[in-house]
Amino acid sequence: MNYLGKDVELKVVGTRPIRPDGVEKVIGRAAFGADFSVAGMIHGKVLRSPHAHARIKSIDTSKAEALKGVKAVITANDLPNIPSEEAFVGEGPANFRDMSLNTIARDKVLYDGHAVAAVAATSPSIAEEAVRLIKVEYEVLPNVIDVEEAMRPDAPVLHEDLFTQGVDPKPTKASNIAKRMEFKLGDSASAFAKADVVVERKYKTAPVHQAYIEPHACVVSYGADGQAQVWCSSQGQFMVRAYCAKLLGMDIADIRVFPLEIGGGFGGKTLVYLEPLALALSRKSGKPVKMTMSREEVFRGSGPTSGGAINVKIGATKNGRIVAAECEVMLQAGAFPGSPIGPALMTPFAMYDLSDVTIWGYDVVSNRPKVAAYRAPGAPVSTFATESAVDELAKQLGMDPLELRLINAAKDGTKAVYGPTLKDIGFVETLEAAKSSPHWNSPLGEAAPGKLRGRGIASGFWFNIGGESSGATYVNEDGTITVVSGNPDIGGSRASMGMMAAEVLGMDVKDVRTVVGDTTSVGFSFLTGGSRVTFATGMAVTQSAEMVRDELCKRAALLWEIPSEAVEWKDGKAYPAGENAGKFDPLSVADIAAKSARTGGPITGKASINAQGAGPGYATHICDLEVDEETGHTTVLRYTAIQDVGKAIHPSYVEGQLQGGAVQGIGWALNEEYVYTKDGRLDNAGFLDYRIPVASDLPMIETILVEVPNPRHPFGVKGVGEPPIVPPMAAVANAMENATGVRMGSLPMSPPRIRAALDAAKG
Amino acid sequence: MAKTHVTATINGEETEFLCDGQQTMLDVLRDEMGLTGSKEGCGSGDCGACSIIVDGRLVCSCLMFGAEAEGTEIMTIEGMADGENLHPLQQKFLEHAALQCGFCTPGVLVASKALLDKNPNPTEEQARYWLAGNLCRCTGYDKIIEAVMDAAAEMRGE
Repeated sequence: MNYLGKDVELKVVGTRPIRPDGVEKVIGRAAFGADFSVAGMIHGKVLRSPHAHARIKSIDTSKAEALKGVKAVITANDLPNIPSEEAFVGEGPANFRDMSLNTIARDKVLYDGHAVAAVAATSPSIAEEAVRLIKVEYEVLPNVIDVEEAMRPDAPVLHEDLFTQGVDPKPTKASNIAKRMEFKLGDSASAFAKADVVVERKYKTAPVHQAYIEPHACVVSYGADGQAQVWCSSQGQFMVRAYCAKLLGMDIADIRVFPLEIGGGFGGKTLVYLEPLALALSRKSGKPVKMTMSREEVFRGSGPTSGGAINVKIGATKNGRIVAAECEVMLQAGAFPGSPIGPALMTPFAMYDLSDVTIWGYDVVSNRPKVAAYRAPGAPVSTFATESAVDELAKQLGMDPLELRLINAAKDGTKAVYGPTLKDIGFVETLEAAKSSPHWNSPLGEAAPGKLRGRGIASGFWFNIGGESSGATYVNEDGTITVVSGNPDIGGSRASMGMMAAEVLGMDVKDVRTVVGDTTSVGFSFLTGGSRVTFATGMAVTQSAEMVRDELCKRAALLWEIPSEAVEWKDGKAYPAGENAGKFDPLSVADIAAKSARTGGPITGKASINAQGAGPGYATHICDLEVDEETGHTTVLRYTAIQDVGKAIHPSYVEGQLQGGAVQGIGWALNEEYVYTKDGRLDNAGFLDYRIPVASDLPMIETILVEVPNPRHPFGVKGVGEPPIVPPMAAVANAMENATGVRMGSLPMSPPRIRAALDAAKG
Repeated sequence: MAKTHVTATINGEETEFLCDGQQTMLDVLRDEMGLTGSKEGCGSGDCGACSIIVDGRLVCSCLMFGAEAEGTEIMTIEGMADGENLHPLQQKFLEHAALQCGFCTPGVLVASKALLDKNPNPTEEQARYWLAGNLCRCTGYDKIIEAVMDAAAEMRGE
């Protein structure tokens, strides 16, 4: 059933209770990946490649093995050499052979930081010393870092067996282009003839890291009976279990994964890095093994997300109707195929009702770490380009960029270029909210001497996903409720799960405790990603709570000896449904729980579903900034994030998603990038040189929650985590253009680049 | 290598520990004392997740050797609440939803306490600059700053 009607009075959903896991986190007692220990555990460390591209000629581990305290040394030979097998994992396609080779290199290293061997020893310092004693003989090969250079016919080839998919005829020569994809609606090439104004420009974005503050960490214990336990921080306990089973050649039933608290992920913890190595080390040593990454290892050996090169061409009539659009996206995958090229093509025009549009792109490998998902993977890269182009179009047409967006906005019934007909969307509502926002209606203000001020606006889209999810609701002996979710809580989902269950049961949220189950205590759930948890797992939890509510009515009926249809549930109690049902005092959950042994035993609801009908998310952001002409330094003065969220279960955590996503986008726009040396080594693998936004860089981030309910979710939820990182790069670039008159086509818009662009504009 | 014997007051308790010359104070807290509330986010003093207060000064415990703790008075996140009574900062962080994943939270709370110990009435700008050494990737800092300002007002009795 759903709770969307105007006559439905919501008592819990939409309020702001304190999250159930909050106290543990503010007193320092919550256990994250590296906080967990088991008796007798030893410590693992990884040897990583110093080369961007090299053949491994030999690995001599004898000196490391001879060091006192060393219990196991592994190379790729300690893991099965698995065949190529395509699969849809995480938020995109992958290949388990590649996943294995990314975890530990076999014949070739493909990036600076690629794991080559691992050691387990009685202390972390002995393990580190042993890593230094491993001798690897490399034959260094030419490398390629840049995406466009990697596409050239004469570029060094990473994989001799990589032939471009999606082109006809199939190439006979291996290249770094793994795949070509295209979406097409109408005929863009001829539709440009109808345009009065055409803008065309090339854009480029740098790869950026998810930069969660918690480095990857795990503890594993492989038993002599071949059964293993894994305690780790990840975006999916079932994902860790499945990947480890595949990479180690184990049965899924022989691995039990306990999810620890996760210290940020943003998509970057939808893969395994350490867990398979720790399992192999534990198997070889016979001891539990703990592994943690250093920050340098996080930068060199995990994530980041793709950078890209994008060409955009858009044409419009004088009255502002976009009549033709084309976009080409070249997206870095890192060392193995599997960039988010699909989403990068699906998203950047989905804000608009277009009849003639072609968008195509390439998945390109190069000597960088294999990319991992990062919040709306692919969309920020391509949307930076298209939303910059829309702004440029508005300027050429002499139109307000918000009005131009309103004229072309996608509405219910708009057919998206990637196939679906959009419904129940709230894009226009975000634009209208922007138009009437305090921010849009306040003057920009005068810049100080030597500074330039500007305002920009941009929008973004993310399709959001549903998928397989499980939730359970248990009535405890005293009438309190335990809810078990199958998804790691990355930003407050225990609060939203508990609130939905409390709403269904008519109870105080304080009497509902939500926990995240291990892989044996709740049904399978796909990982925490795609902004799916409050939608899909929330739907499962809601259904499990409804089962419990219905069962509570049945039990009351048994106690009263009346038909169960004659019982109604209201405010956490069973009541006779009317005068004909008889006169009975209402029964609380505690009353019914106390007598459950007499009425059939424990009261439990469990739901395992494949949730369909995720509602797409739209966001519109406004940015005011000031640029220092002398230094090129940019200060964000004011920022507003507006988003259609369907229904905010816990508005504070929804606002938090908008604020956090916007600030990550501001970092992406202004500062963040992977910097490589000429020989292909990462040159800024630390938080000092890879600078994410800090508190003093930012103003308050204003939020406006637009609620156009998703009728396919019981409370109207749409995913909210990913859309907020889509508009910021263009919002900042458009504000920059407004301030300086210079269109910045390349990210990040760091001070040296701004200076160079201002100097070039002056001539 | 011989270990160093250190006596320090940690969260109000006189505490003795042995540490080797390489161990940071963060290693000592986490590995020797089981106080895992202080987190290692970088190990280089850039993220502030390991913030502790040593003799009234805010310190990244990853940049301090364990042996340097001799004779000092140290407060970690585990010593911030008074038994079951949360510090006003802790309470305001909960009320304002100033944490998402919660990993940076101990460091941010300790740093915020050091700020309010020194300056009970900071401006928003002062709070933002004081907390510039504490990285948070989830929140965009908005609700953190709100919580700190609200806690400061409450502690001043406003």
